[in-house]
Amino acid sequence: MSEAQTQIPVTVLTGYLGAGKTTLLNRILSENHGRRYAVIVNEFGEIGIDNDLIVESDEEIYEMNNGCVCCTVRGDLIRVVEGLMRRPGRFDAIVVETTGLADPVPVAQTFFMDDDVRSKTKLDAVVALVDAKHLPLRLKDSKEAEDQIAFADVVVLNKTDLVTPDELAKVEATIRAINPAAKIHRTQRSGVPLTEVLDRGAFDLTRALENDPHFLEAHDHDHDHECGPDCDHDHHHHDHDGHDHHHHHDHAHASDIHDVTVKSVSLRGGEMDPKKFFPWIEKVTQMEGPNILRLKGIIALKGDDERYVLQGVHMIIEGDHQRPWKDGEKHESRLVFIGRELDAERLKKSFEACQAG
Amino acid sequence: MPTVAPLDLEGHCVAAVFLGDVPHFALADGAVHRLDNGHKTEQANDGLLAAFHDAANDRLITGGEDGKVFAVKAGGEITELVSAGKKWITSVAAGPQGAIAYSTGKTAFVRFADGKTREFTHPRSVEGLAFSPKGMRFGVARYNGATLHFPAAEGKPVELEWAGAHTGITFSPDGAFLVTTMQENALHGWKLADGKHMRMSGYPGKVKSLSWSVKGKWLASSGAPAAIVWPFSAKDGPMGKAPLELGTRGNAMVTAVACHPSQDVVAVGYDDGMVMAVRFADAKEVLLRRPGKDAITSMMWDKEERRIAFGSAAGDCGVIDITG
Repeated sequence: MSEAQTQIPVTVLTGYLGAGKTTLLNRILSENHGRRYAVIVNEFGEIGIDNDLIVESDEEIYEMNNGCVCCTVRGDLIRVVEGLMRRPGRFDAIVVETTGLADPVPVAQTFFMDDDVRSKTKLDAVVALVDAKHLPLRLKDSKEAEDQIAFADVVVLNKTDLVTPDELAKVEATIRAINPAAKIHRTQRSGVPLTEVLDRGAFDLTRALENDPHFLEAHDHDHDHECGPDCDHDHHHHDHDGHDHHHHHDHAHASDIHDVTVKSVSLRGGEMDPKKFFPWIEKVTQMEGPNILRLKGIIALKGDDERYVLQGVHMIIEGDHQRPWKDGEKHESRLVFIGRELDAERLKKSFEACQAG
Repeated sequence: MPTVAPLDLEGHCVAAVFLGDVPHFALADGAVHRLDNGHKTEQANDGLLAAFHDAANDRLITGGEDGKVFAVKAGGEITELVSAGKKWITSVAAGPQGAIAYSTGKTAFVRFADGKTREFTHPRSVEGLAFSPKGMRFGVARYNGATLHFPAAEGKPVELEWAGAHTGITFSPDGAFLVTTMQENALHGWKLADGKHMRMSGYPGKVKSLSWSVKGKWLASSGAPAAIVWPFSAKDGPMGKAPLELGTRGNAMVTAVACHPSQDVVAVGYDDGMVMAVRFADAKEVLLRRPGKDAITSMMWDKEERRIAFGSAAGDCGVIDITG
């Protein structure tokens, strides 16, 4: 039966025109990495490769008829994925390229909301390509550029050769301010290692938060930026009991960009009472769903010897046990929301009220 | 006892049909298999996505990933009707006087028997196509409703609005009703004479298979643990009426339905490959095929009303002889 089949991983590639998506796609299609990709593009356009598995598709955003404005899916993807999956064995994974102005949310939600798509495929990661030189301008003139970054698991900060080190640091700080949880790679000519873009398991609850050292540790104490974009080392040497880290960089950088409307709220607490926490998170995602782009969390539940991990997109939320707490590991709950018009103070208070007494 | 003659193929069966009295099985890879004094195969599309049985001309119309439309006739004769470019042909339909329709992206095309083609572009993607049984008229399922075109005449299309994504479309055999399948686990219907709406909801899954019973008195549908069969014999169709629920199983979903050509009986295919025949009058069930490898995707009765060709998502196809 279909559920028993392996789910094909899907990578979503977002980014403005000129950010380097086509270059990256060409690399995915031509480099010898031992995997075969089906690629869904909006226009055949500039991909100079003749390949039966490049599918052109007209972006179709469908609002679900359930009264929820943020419940949107990409109708064309449902159809194309269904068609592709009727002939499995031709490819190992799927890449969806979106148009420059595309909203990444309906693309991602398609992989959670449509039963057929969900049974055969799984969202692997959302990758945003960002042009280091033009990002400040993009952020001024469009909400989409900001959404793409806010929603990404991986940000490829491209064309770094076109800006000064100072400009680059500012752009990166801006990206961090919008999305503290994403992994950032500085590159030129989309030269990021493909292993950093493909097969990330960013939506896989058992993997998502493991390979993501930045997760939940940035935001209110945005340390370690001096170590550069490809810092894959762990940041666990920090002691998070206090929030008195001294920062080496100037937080005013982010506010150079006046038009950033997305913010993140990072919450931290002790063990949670499941009877309080689950109704709370359900209520928050119901009430604030339209404002929440992404949420991720690791929750310590009272009386539970396994870590509980959570992730969500708007009103869709998924959670599962991940692994047993290690000996000596602090039973701590961490949760980050990325979105608009989030009331940080209220979220913090209500989150903390869910702690077990 | 019914008997099953299996035909084990590799791959998703898009359409299982009889052309003449020969069972044909069109697979997603574009191969069309037939049981015609032995197993024979012809190649249609390179990647077959959509198929429509053109009963009037005894042929199967197919569209696919290669941007082409083929007509498959009994005996393995395959004709390329259209080559439309690199984009996928996502739906096909056949109409009166040898006309066919096909779509790619936002555009629906009608190709008349003489090869002339007309093009109809929409603001949103064409999700489904169907011809009306009467007159030269066809319907397009689209986001927020359906559009009716009159390809043989000039003039404005008729727009039927209903919020939501409409993915498939069918006219009742008398042309009085138009019914669409929706992304949100429901059917929507319009009575064409006055535009009255019919909402048919409550399905736990998406409806992917529809079949009109003899003279269009009933419309059978998949998408639930039973075949959901709506009454259409009253002048307002199923409005205010409950559907029949036939062949209910606790542990399986109905994935394909095919009404008997002359009696109020429906063949019901499930997601585990089982096939049953169920009579409307008393809901009496007869097991036709035990569960197989995967979901039943397509079924058709032959003209003699004796055999049913069936296809599955895994390719374990075959022919059921109900007389045994």
